[in-house]
Amino acid sequence: MKAVCWQGVNELSVERVPDPAILNAQDAIVKVTASTTCGSDLHLLGGHIPAMRAGDVIGHEFLGEIVETGPEVTRHRPGDRVVVCSIIGCGRCWSCRHGDWSLCENSNPNPGITDLMWGGSTAGIFGYSHAMGGFRGSHAEYVRVPFADHNAFTVPEGVSDMDAVFASDAVPTGWMGADLGGVRPGDVVAVWGCGGVGQMAARAAMLLGAERVVAIDRYPERLAMTTRHVGCEVVDYTTTDVVSELRERTGGRGPDVCIEAVGMEADSTGLQRVYDGVKQRLRLEQDRPAAVREAIHACRKGGSVFVLGVFAGFVDKFPLGALMNKGLTLRGAQQHGQRYIPKLLELIGRGDLKPSHLATHTMTLDEGPRGYDLFRNKKDGCVRAVFRPWI
Amino acid sequence: MRRLIAAAAVAAAGLGAARWAAARGRMPVSARDPLAAGRWLGVTINRPPEEVAPGERLPEPLTRVDAEVRMNRAPGGRGTELYARPRGRTARAEGALTRLRGEDSRTAVRTALREAKSLLETGDVLRSDEEIATTRPTLPGKVLDLALGRASEGGRL
Ligand SMILES: NC(=O)c1ccc[n+]([C@@H]2O[C@H](COP(=O)([O-])OP(=O)(O)OC[C@H]3O[C@@H](n4cnc5c(N)ncnc54)[C@H](O)[C@@H]3O)[C@@H](O)[C@H]2O)c1
Ligand SMILES: [Zn+2]
Ligand SMILES: [Zn+2]
Repeated sequence: MKAVCWQGVNELSVERVPDPAILNAQDAIVKVTASTTCGSDLHLLGGHIPAMRAGDVIGHEFLGEIVETGPEVTRHRPGDRVVVCSIIGCGRCWSCRHGDWSLCENSNPNPGITDLMWGGSTAGIFGYSHAMGGFRGSHAEYVRVPFADHNAFTVPEGVSDMDAVFASDAVPTGWMGADLGGVRPGDVVAVWGCGGVGQMAARAAMLLGAERVVAIDRYPERLAMTTRHVGCEVVDYTTTDVVSELRERTGGRGPDVCIEAVGMEADSTGLQRVYDGVKQRLRLEQDRPAAVREAIHACRKGGSVFVLGVFAGFVDKFPLGALMNKGLTLRGAQQHGQRYIPKLLELIGRGDLKPSHLATHTMTLDEGPRGYDLFRNKKDGCVRAVFRPWI
Repeated sequence: MRRLIAAAAVAAAGLGAARWAAARGRMPVSARDPLAAGRWLGVTINRPPEEVAPGERLPEPLTRVDAEVRMNRAPGGRGTELYARPRGRTARAEGALTRLRGEDSRTAVRTALREAKSLLETGDVLRSDEEIATTRPTLPGKVLDLALGRASEGGRL
């Protein structure tokens, strides 16, 4: 079959690879009908996530049709239209049972790598390196879905493919940031990043009752899209001092909840930019945390900061003093999608959530490398490129 | 290509660096876990003790290794803590090369514990798509292999 493969730093190609197969009795094979780019892939492409090998199939946010099931799959049948969570959970370990699906204890066949890096192993993820289990990604004609009863969700009739595909990753990630960040009715929430994840976090904060939501980015088309489709306030950080602006909009308090949806390749200005750029290049600092620093600084005393952006290793100039003295709560996680997806599909069905506007570009699998060029370099207003292998 | 090799080497080095940074400076080398070879390896299984060892029968993967085994109910409704270690503490005598190859007895016990946990909780042990490889051999790939070769055996239990 055809698949988009990582070949090296900033190098992708479309290859013929062997078809996936049922390897465990609880697996299903899904024929991929839509699979989209995600900001997390950019960290892989940039070589910031270790343990990628030439030829690895990438992609993790996808929708498809079940075509084959292992003998122990009971909730799905061939023909089901399903959205699959980007994170793989077993559904029965203590972490999964408590809703912390990205901490699943049985879904990563290579636990040694993340355990060595972080002192604890994490769940398997589709198309996200050998450290996350060596599972193939979804930018392919077919993909194997482990523990299919727990990771694939039947899409209700009436929900379009282009809305449903984002229930795999961007929507639940954003929702988790607002939910676990502790957004309550009446809160003021600030969101760093107006990519798919940041926009969905902003929308979730509104649906959870936030009184004001302010989203921050630099790209005019992303800011305009956020105003139009999410319906919140926006700030351009290249023309406005974000911390002062947030102070002024909140009676001097600062936001109650700050959600960071930027990640380890955050853009920054001035001295900070030079400092982090040089250190990252010399491998003295793995991740560039400009948005996390700013979120901690801007947050109101006693507020909460949630890190949705992906980080892999160490950062520098982390404002621990601000965190401690302002009494902040800092949390982060890979998304616990399975905990939210059924409810999110319902919200999409009712029209409260409509993520399809994120799909600015639709293309074939053969156009994979071009799709990533547009997405990575934010060309042509690209927010998400969606590949449709069978159209 | 040079960039790729550098990236792979950095990735490999990074794996160890994290561990090193976390432990650095806290204790002298001589004091570093003198009991390492004899320590119990433990997993917490989200099942009650009656199901982990019904009629005192050990989970199947543990019958395949020569190990001392003990267990107790885990606190806070977390199920069962299952512990094992190689019998006779042979691990201490095993050289670095054996450990590197993954042939030491602690690795076998660790794998057995992890499989026992997965079987009891999910009824299966998940396999990786790596079995039907899509990757091609490259020099940086080889550097990485060295670092990743043991990845399936490690991991907090
Ligand atoms: N936690 C999870 O499970 C999870 C899931 C999906 C994605 N992610 C992560 O979320 C992050 C965002 O994902 P995405 O798909 O929206 O990516 P994206 O690349 O489309 O969007 C990131 C946005 O952040 C903006 N940005 C960069 N520096 C900034 C700064 N200093 N201040 C404010 N905005 C800044 C960029 O202009 C861009 O629009 C990534 O790090 C991704 O890896 C995490
Ligand atoms: Zn993602
Ligand atoms: Zn689990």
